[in-house]
Amino acid sequence: MKTENATNEPALGARKAWMGLLARSEETRLAGLWAAFDRDPAFEWLRAPQFGGVMVRGRMGSTGAPFNLGEMTVTRCALALQDGTVGHGYVQGRSTQKAEIAAKIDALMQTPVASALKEAVLRPLEAEQKSLKEHRAAKAAATKVEFFTMVRGED
Amino acid sequence: MYVAVKGGERAIDNAHAWLAEERRGDTSVAELSIAQIREQMSLAVNRVMAEGSLYDPDLAALAIKQSRGDLIEAIFLIRAYRTTLPRFGYSEPVDTGAMACDRRISATFKDAPGGQVLGPTFDYTHRLLDFKLAADGEVAEAPTAEPRTEETPHILEFLQGENIIEQEPELDDEPGDLTREPISFPAGRAVRLQSLSRGDEGFILGMAYSTQRGYARNHAFVGELRIGKVPVEMEIPELGFAIEIGEVELTECETVNQFKGSKTVPPQFTRGYGLVFGQSERKSIAMALVDRALRWEELGEDNLGAAAQDEEFVLSHSDNIQATGFLEHIKLPHYVDFQSELELVRKLRREAQELAEDMAAREAAE
Repeated sequence: MKTENATNEPALGARKAWMGLLARSEETRLAGLWAAFDRDPAFEWLRAPQFGGVMVRGRMGSTGAPFNLGEMTVTRCALALQDGTVGHGYVQGRSTQKAEIAAKIDALMQTPVASALKEAVLRPLEAEQKSLKEHRAAKAAATKVEFFTMVRGED
Repeated sequence: MYVAVKGGERAIDNAHAWLAEERRGDTSVAELSIAQIREQMSLAVNRVMAEGSLYDPDLAALAIKQSRGDLIEAIFLIRAYRTTLPRFGYSEPVDTGAMACDRRISATFKDAPGGQVLGPTFDYTHRLLDFKLAADGEVAEAPTAEPRTEETPHILEFLQGENIIEQEPELDDEPGDLTREPISFPAGRAVRLQSLSRGDEGFILGMAYSTQRGYARNHAFVGELRIGKVPVEMEIPELGFAIEIGEVELTECETVNQFKGSKTVPPQFTRGYGLVFGQSERKSIAMALVDRALRWEELGEDNLGAAAQDEEFVLSHSDNIQATGFLEHIKLPHYVDFQSELELVRKLRREAQELAEDMAAREAAE
């Protein structure tokens, strides 16, 4: 398997984290933050955006042997910046725009604008996803049953 | 023999035009948007995703709008659409232990770590029509409490720790995929689970109910039911590593069923498993019961001749798209088929009548 070898090669963990963040992001919000960043790079398609399905798997009894559960929609694309840096977009749903922005961000995150881009787009996205998740968890926590025992009769 | 008959085009076009008009209904009433269906009919959307076997809430909402709310028709549209999608690959098996649980209950342990979290449930409502909803849809913000930050452990882990329930050892067998290979029997548990998860909710519910009423009873407790989002990871060949490609909402049900033992294995509980796209609680409990019933042979139980034990019966009849396709095709023109049967019956009657006349003439002559 071939892997990318950019000069500013980021740590694998960091790249996985931003690709996951972009995949989960809400399209309108991502597009808004990206537009505000206002540095749309010149690029060439290596693979134009394409819709497809990914078969999601589960495990029997949550820990056992795998089985195929059902598919989800995914859009993917790949592009190269003028300096040759390659960016991949793999995002949930059917949106060429979302995949294109994700691929551009993936590429730019391997270049010197990475820290500015991180501040402008990735950090706000991350904070918002975290806050949404916490808000749901807080509502779930409010529905947790607090048992108490009624003592009846004597002894 | 098939004979092509032309002439229906205009009638069909006009029927479809009228269908579009009827779908829209009274134009003085505001039109539904896809977002409204996705947000406010979310359990219908979930069902279409589960049985359409494609997780995409916007597509499912569109299908519901297009089908005028006929969910089987909507599922049909989703199944047809998914065949047009190239398959990018298979995900890593999802880790439901990492689920961000909206709901998590156990019918077996009151004080399970992580607690009984009810979530947005219909349980304990009085099932009385709420006429306030007919007036306006204003709702108060739901109360919040200190959120749980750590993962919620699976309740069955505690029974497993005590070694009092059958183990589900992590294997990496390549599971069969019924969207690639037609089902053949015996199908095996992986294909059964895939088939049950996309099967018709009503059919799976009926099968599960039959086990509760005594046709291959397996006495299930809901060990745990959890609903929430899990991340989906996939290995990307061009990258050489796995990334998260999104997240899906799932309902998981693990049942604890009656025990079995042998000379070598001490008595232990057995289990059934249900996992379904979306918030699909009834379906996932039903799936777990049917999964358990279908495991009779593997668990050394008797074949009681119950429908829910019959893999071929269950899997061949649980798919509502196959079922409706075959059922509904009989309303389509069968003019030639019927003509031949009509001719046959007329001929038989003619012969019978001739025979009777013959007999009568012979009797009269004697």
